[in-house]
Amino acid sequence: MSKLTLIVKREYLTRVRKKSFIIGTLLAPLGLLIYMLVIFGLSNYEGGGQIKVAVLDEAGMVKQIPDEKGIHYIPSAGKSLEQLKKEVTAGELNGVLRIPAIKSMQTKDLTVFYYSDDKLAPEKSSAIEKKVSDKIRDFKIDSLHLNRSSLDILDTDVSIDPENINKTGEDESKYTAGVGLAIGGIMAFIMFFMVMMYGQMVMRSVMEEKTNRIVEVMMSSVRPFDLMLGKIIGAGAVGLTQVVCWVILSGAVTIFLPMLLHIDPAQMQPPGGGPAGAGIDPEQAQGTMVRIMAELAKQNWPLIISSFIIFFLGGYFIYSSMFAAIGSAMGDDLGEGQSLVLPVTIPIILAFYITAFVGMRNPDSGLMVFASLFPLFSPIVMPFRMAFSPPWWQVALSLVLVVVTAYFFVWLAGRIYRVGILLYGKKVTLKEIGKWMFYKG
Amino acid sequence: MILSIQNVVKRYDKYTAVDHVSFDVPKGSVFGLLGPNGAGKTSLIRMITTITGPDEGVIYLDGEKLNSRSPEHIGYMPEERGLYKKMKVGEHLLYLAQLKGLSESDARKEIAHWLTKFDIKDWAPKKVEDLSKGMQQKIQFIATIIHKPKLLILDEPFTGLDPINTNLIKDEIRQLNESGISIIFSTHRMEQVEEMCDHIVLINQGRNVLSGKVPEIKNQYKQNLYRVEMDGDLPAGFEEKYEITTREKDAVTVRLADESQSNVLLQFLIGQGLRVRRFEEILPTFNEIFIRRVEETDHA
Repeated sequence: MSKLTLIVKREYLTRVRKKSFIIGTLLAPLGLLIYMLVIFGLSNYEGGGQIKVAVLDEAGMVKQIPDEKGIHYIPSAGKSLEQLKKEVTAGELNGVLRIPAIKSMQTKDLTVFYYSDDKLAPEKSSAIEKKVSDKIRDFKIDSLHLNRSSLDILDTDVSIDPENINKTGEDESKYTAGVGLAIGGIMAFIMFFMVMMYGQMVMRSVMEEKTNRIVEVMMSSVRPFDLMLGKIIGAGAVGLTQVVCWVILSGAVTIFLPMLLHIDPAQMQPPGGGPAGAGIDPEQAQGTMVRIMAELAKQNWPLIISSFIIFFLGGYFIYSSMFAAIGSAMGDDLGEGQSLVLPVTIPIILAFYITAFVGMRNPDSGLMVFASLFPLFSPIVMPFRMAFSPPWWQVALSLVLVVVTAYFFVWLAGRIYRVGILLYGKKVTLKEIGKWMFYKG
Repeated sequence: MILSIQNVVKRYDKYTAVDHVSFDVPKGSVFGLLGPNGAGKTSLIRMITTITGPDEGVIYLDGEKLNSRSPEHIGYMPEERGLYKKMKVGEHLLYLAQLKGLSESDARKEIAHWLTKFDIKDWAPKKVEDLSKGMQQKIQFIATIIHKPKLLILDEPFTGLDPINTNLIKDEIRQLNESGISIIFSTHRMEQVEEMCDHIVLINQGRNVLSGKVPEIKNQYKQNLYRVEMDGDLPAGFEEKYEITTREKDAVTVRLADESQSNVLLQFLIGQGLRVRRFEEILPTFNEIFIRRVEETDHA
């Protein structure tokens, strides 16, 4: 076995065997599972329990309102407001809903009154508003003698379907952009997260070797460059292992969880899709799900995954080699080294922000094109753009630039590392690190 | 010669750490590499161990110019030493041995041999961090010699060891030396130099300021001091005749012009009717030679 292989093997195995790695790898999908359960539980939670509300329908517009969302509607049965208020005070009712008459059929706004000393939960209040509004609409339709079935045909569901003119390729639907955004966003986030986490892991590990003096022993057996590269490759392989485990486990969780809970996946809508009570037509939801699935199936997965891996490796090598160089220059004190770490983390964060704030709105803007080519940004930005089929030459150019830059940075970091790693008890500035690059071997 | 250092220079920025140093380490010797802190010892060792390369000059290991295979023939225990704390002792030794070019099976055989020899076989599955500092030192020592190097470089090998373990390692060094391994021993503990080394080089301010065989150097630096223990008072006229450097109860130390004068002195004392109980030449300790030479070169 070559020395580099030995180093990579050790770096990989010691990390993969660590409890923290095993826990982190298993727990992240478990966390996703818990998250989904919580979301599911919350979206089905009926807040505030059952309440009894008397309906004082002053103009006889609404008649009986069916119970819903934990609200039991009771007709006033001729009782006056004062009588009803007393019943509320006595605790027989939770509140009184007084619906005044509308002035005319043209009335667009109506205020109804709710008498109670208890606060009305927002969910219940919007449920009441919707019910009363529906009832008044029915009342208006009847009063104006309109034909209900002709009214129904007035409503049309419109969805936009983008079609290509000159560009050949798959037919797109309105879901293409959404699905692309989701895939790109997830990839950009994973990329950002992995580069930060594993890059800093490399840095800490270099510092550790330096502080506990093992490095001097190692240096008499292996070249500094091999030790650094072995560490970078080893930790990178751990990162890839973790991502693969997460993908497999998350896949398993999303597939098996609904089966486990007997939930129709179509009903599992993301939260915040409008005020509570805005019921989603299950049939329509089913359609949405099918169309999203179709979009997902339409993606060029082999291309997306393989370019993701190349960009991941490129970005990882660029940043982790910088982190390794910084780690070699640092002493035992992490705090002291912050000024050295900052210049490395800024481009990563910037790339992530560009993706999050510009890319999400316009994936093909000039800034995005630049960022997806610039090698310090492209590992995070280009995978995001990949989901929007950018021109192939941009992808190719970006790949070439990333690979060349990664190669250059690893070489450069090696030159810094071999000096820094053997230097003790000295606070190092960026300027000095710059000088080290030009030292002879 | 196991090691030949020829006109070696190492510069960092504007600072010259090693300045045209030359010396030879004879095969099979225990060679002391001495010098005050910051003299350039570590820079020199790093070049010998191929961690860094010289800016000028050449280094030969066993007649061959240093190359990428050289580390496999060198065992180096740095003063700043450490191990991976989370690794198991057995795994750690295996890793370091393989990095030195041993095959896995050879490495396992050697590990078993050394752990048995030091009677610490049951340590193999323990984590390094669970061992005491002295125990870790033993492991470090095994790691240094496991690949049977031709040249062993030990930088302050006994710091942090208790007297029992110090003797254990000392014995081991002697045995290794008897089996033909050359040893470079870097230290500023001069009593150890006198005890263990047969050759030395003294480095100060990056230069070779003294080198040679230990007895020869001692001879070269002797000041012809003789100590006489006797019964009775000094004879009249003694103090005019001889330069007394120290005076004790019933004993004096005198400086003679040269060593041929020792018999003259003895005859004189006997002729005066004194009973001489002890008569000996005082050779300088290495400590004295070290300090003297360093001070001389510092002022030069």
